[in-house]
Amino acid sequence: MSPGVYALIAIPFAAAAILVVLPGYRLTAALNVLASFLTFLAGLNLLRIEPGADPYLIVDDVNIVFIILNTLVGFTAAWFSASYIGHEIETGRVTALSVRFYHAMYQAMIGAMNVALLSNNIGLLWVGLELATLITVVMVGLYRTPEAIEAAWKYFILGSVGISLAFFGTILAYLAGQATLGDGLPAMSWTLLHANAGKLDVALLNLAFVFLLVGYGTKVGLAPLHAWLPDAHSEGPTPISAVLSGLLLNVALYALLRFKMLIAANPLAMRPGPILIVMGLVSLIFAAFMLYQRRDIKRLFAYSSIEHMGLITFAFGMGGPLANFAGLLHMTMHSLTKSAIFFAVGHVAQAKGTQRIADINGLSITHPALAIGLGAGVLAIAGLPPFGIFMSEFLILTTTFAREPWLAPLPAFGLVLAFGALLLRMQGMLFGAAGGASHTVKASPFPFAFHLVLVLIAGLYLPGSLVNWFERAAEFLG
Amino acid sequence: MNSAYDVSHFLAGLMLVASFALLYQDRILAVLRTFAVQAIILALAVAWEAWVQDRPHLFITAGLAFGLKGFVIPMALHRMIFRLGIHREVEQVVGVGLTMLFGLGLVALSLSLTLKATTGAPSLAREGLAIALAIILLGLLMMITRRNAVTQIIGFMSIENGLILGATGARGMPLVVEISVAFSVLIALFVFAVFVFRIRERFDTVDVAALESVRGDRQ
Repeated sequence: MSPGVYALIAIPFAAAAILVVLPGYRLTAALNVLASFLTFLAGLNLLRIEPGADPYLIVDDVNIVFIILNTLVGFTAAWFSASYIGHEIETGRVTALSVRFYHAMYQAMIGAMNVALLSNNIGLLWVGLELATLITVVMVGLYRTPEAIEAAWKYFILGSVGISLAFFGTILAYLAGQATLGDGLPAMSWTLLHANAGKLDVALLNLAFVFLLVGYGTKVGLAPLHAWLPDAHSEGPTPISAVLSGLLLNVALYALLRFKMLIAANPLAMRPGPILIVMGLVSLIFAAFMLYQRRDIKRLFAYSSIEHMGLITFAFGMGGPLANFAGLLHMTMHSLTKSAIFFAVGHVAQAKGTQRIADINGLSITHPALAIGLGAGVLAIAGLPPFGIFMSEFLILTTTFAREPWLAPLPAFGLVLAFGALLLRMQGMLFGAAGGASHTVKASPFPFAFHLVLVLIAGLYLPGSLVNWFERAAEFLG
Repeated sequence: MNSAYDVSHFLAGLMLVASFALLYQDRILAVLRTFAVQAIILALAVAWEAWVQDRPHLFITAGLAFGLKGFVIPMALHRMIFRLGIHREVEQVVGVGLTMLFGLGLVALSLSLTLKATTGAPSLAREGLAIALAIILLGLLMMITRRNAVTQIIGFMSIENGLILGATGARGMPLVVEISVAFSVLIALFVFAVFVFRIRERFDTVDVAALESVRGDRQ
């Protein structure tokens, strides 16, 4: 394994160790951005090195997509976080000491997610995801308001239950490979399990997948295991909402996909597709209905994340090169757009001093720049052309129509439903008479604009090399 | 070799009994003591596996379970309970009788499920796995039926006990994972402790029901 791979893990953890002892939020915020940028460069470096695997780490087409996306959003979210946290300190919502830990934990979380994404060992995968979850629990409770504590508690309880079931599933997966691969490390290595998938114990593999689906599915936020997600998104600091939606959900989905590939490679085991399709559709339609009743702006977009994770799970459940391609593309587009929206929402909430949708009105009069940004983000996430989400949703729907025509009206219905809810809520916030409190916000437009421009470019033109790369990953996903 | 089966099944069975005891205890200190007993039995079970499977590094896991979960954590929680002044009865959402019935059902479920699915696995692992799953499900049940934050912590840690029992029963499962489990329990305690103190700070109670007033969307 090339040393460049270890940098992806070493940089964030080293930065976390340094950040925890440094005083001053300006310095730590700047270092946080710098470390995230270096991690992003290390992520890009993966494109140069030869894919390969050792007993602990793996680099292949699938996880390169996830890692580059993750480190990119990690970098821009750190940038956004620098201006956001500055405002929070001025208004006294957080203390300097908790900000110091906040930055250290941010880096540790990025490192833990990279461990999960790079691991070739199914135990290490679990450790990385569990560590990232525990860190985000603490970050969700950062404000120490009753709501924040309740959200963090709920997240912690549901998250740990999910992670315990996933661990039991991991033990079962190890036992499934033990008879063929022998004791010890080989039976935990994903590449070896995948290469020998046909010889694994079928009954154990089936049982393992059920536990892993429930366990990691909780983390993905699939209904009915989603209860923690809206609370955790709405009560934590907004950079964390962006990171939860844009990164952590993807990492959990990645874990699920690895095991889906494993079980799909065994011809005698159950088909994972139908289960994923059902869970994806239930999440999509349920979340689309829930969007109509939201009163809190961050909660609104949290439900929108459930909706999109549902659609992505649906696409991967369909399987096959085209649906997988659409799923990967939609995941990328959703990460970029949703984190951009949370960047905008963070500044909107600071400008209006509230997260209540009813109290946010006339944004186009008081803060035109924010209004344009939020409006563009919502149009993109609702799936309007020319943004990239339109293209990926279109691909998912056309593939479904071509392969399972009777199934296709369901995701189409969910998407239209969500579209209506988002536009309805947005109209009140952007237009109408301006009322209530209004503050000026110093915001850096870069992270937001960068994401939306990427999504826009992807909607207009996808470079051939990118398409090839996604096609290889989709092919490999099976 | 027969005695190897007997002893490990005996210890696993004892842990299961402790899980049931956790379900019906209605005083918080008794719950804590029962948990400590379960952790010590776990330590014995892990040590036995270490000896039978000839994997000396498992003794580390046994030592961690014995020292940390058998003594340090219960004592820390004990101090906390007295400092918060909550050494009283625990409110239960569902009656004891019904809870026990549910528990029996869960044990039957996990036995029939695991024994059926693991016909290919080595037989020592099979029953161990079935009992481990039963302990995990009983821990979940305990977390659901108790409203108190401290008993929820204990429910979660008893789930971890079941996980470690299952992981050590799986022959040759690498040490990486065992250390990580012990480690995660430590972190979990840290996180939980922070929360419990914050909950106290805000609400003057560790009754989780007090948290539910802010559930859902704020009006």
